[in-house]
Amino acid sequence: MAVQGAVASRSGLRSALPLLAPAYLWLTVAIFLPLSAMVFFSFMTDLPLSGKAWAFTLGNYAAFFSQSLYLTLLLASLRLGLEVTLWCIVIGYPAAYVLAKVLKGRSREAIFLLVILPFWSNGLVRIFSWAMVLREGGILDTALNAVLPFKINIDLMYSYPAVIIGLVHSYVPYMVLTCYLTLQAIDDSLIEAGRSLGATRLQVLKRVIIPLSMPGLVAGAALIFVPVVGSFMEPRILGGRTGTFYGTVIEDQFVAVFNWPLGAALSFILLAVVLVILAIASPVLRRAT
Amino acid sequence: MATTRILEWLGRLYIWLLLAFLYLPIIIMALMSFNVSPFYQLPFEWTTEWYGSLWQNDQLIAATRNSIEIAIITTVICVVLGSAASLALFRYEFRGKKFLQALLFPPIAIPWLITGTAMLIFFFGVGIGRGLFAILLGHVALALPYVIVVVSARLQTFAPELEEAARSLGANQWQVTRRVTLPWIMPGVIAGGLFAFAVSFDQFVVSYFLATPGQTTLPVEIYAAIRKGFTPEINAVSTIIIVVSMALMLLTARFFKFGGEK
Repeated sequence: MAVQGAVASRSGLRSALPLLAPAYLWLTVAIFLPLSAMVFFSFMTDLPLSGKAWAFTLGNYAAFFSQSLYLTLLLASLRLGLEVTLWCIVIGYPAAYVLAKVLKGRSREAIFLLVILPFWSNGLVRIFSWAMVLREGGILDTALNAVLPFKINIDLMYSYPAVIIGLVHSYVPYMVLTCYLTLQAIDDSLIEAGRSLGATRLQVLKRVIIPLSMPGLVAGAALIFVPVVGSFMEPRILGGRTGTFYGTVIEDQFVAVFNWPLGAALSFILLAVVLVILAIASPVLRRAT
Repeated sequence: MATTRILEWLGRLYIWLLLAFLYLPIIIMALMSFNVSPFYQLPFEWTTEWYGSLWQNDQLIAATRNSIEIAIITTVICVVLGSAASLALFRYEFRGKKFLQALLFPPIAIPWLITGTAMLIFFFGVGIGRGLFAILLGHVALALPYVIVVVSARLQTFAPELEEAARSLGANQWQVTRRVTLPWIMPGVIAGGLFAFAVSFDQFVVSYFLATPGQTTLPVEIYAAIRKGFTPEINAVSTIIIVVSMALMLLTARFFKFGGEK
């Protein structure tokens, strides 16, 4: 085996290339070249199409730093990402714990599947479904008024809380999934040992369970935070006029204002922020694997 | 002991509350698609009128056909290219392998808003432009890493000795692959294919930037309709979509364990 392994390794790339080339060529054409092109475009005054004059410029980045609007919106998006991530931890972590440590056998499998199922269904449609629940005269409004003796008006639609609710609903299964995977790997005897040594439930949670499940928490947080910071469809549908975020401004540059170079610069700044966040999260993740 | 029982009971209750939070909006949307009032007014009166009027809506039908066709082609391409790449990554040792594996994560991790706008810029720049072909190019690239990851996970459970044995019995490389390796990884390939279909069929953001008014997919069409104003037809078609995509994932779960439980 060892000798054959060495042979395989020498001729490895030559044999592997025909199998690898199509997939990686496709990724190059549709992902890596576009990302590079975006960086390139972000330094241009105009699109080099249809004979328009263009030149290199730093103006698009200057626009970001000189107009406080963009920075404000980026901060608003980062705050949105942070809030949604926190809510997902608060809601998702206990659920993951119950799934991993309380439920057993078939009911655990079935409920786990039920929790992560919506996450793979259409995100747009799920956001849309909240519009029906949250609007005035919607289901929540009608239901609460039917139960409560006094008249209240629930009109959460087109507000910041509506955006938060929709996003948490979209992303909480991620957190349950990643935390469940790490919680499940914790040996029960560690928890029992802690308890028999006189630790209270809370101490076991703080000293044993949470530290050991940290990689799952970080992975979940990164997987949620990154797309939420770049979200635009959810704030548009549920936020209405209050739903202007960094993502919606980028969208505008491409579909409404048609200032593509500025859009490219804004996208690239977002990409840089995202990469920094992933870089910060990766040591914790690597320790886990 | 009593405290443990109470805590366990609270835990179960909590899970059911979470499930209610996750499913109630979807269930309400589905119910409203059978409601007479186009403005979702209660009391509820049963009708299938909105599903009927779906068939009159040529725009929605054309978009649906596009979505299904693109998802099928995406699935086929991803399964073939992805399985080949997974096999190569599993079978051969070479320099730069770690790098190639790491390259699979940017398409998954980078927000679709960035990928989508980058594709729009690049496809425009090189003359591919927008439209269904551009959407297909994008969907395959988005789904491919998922397929490679899923098939590779299945390959981890494969014993390379089986290939050695077949080879020593005189099978050539193609026979080994077709008769030994492929049957073993088939559950992974099927799961990967279903993933690819789901990624493509549900994809909104990237399609949105690459679509043109005549060449569009169902989610893009739905988004446009939502922004114009609510219509119960959109409810009906959304309900169909959510049922289809959930059924697909249930099917995927039969072939691929998400929980990592043995």
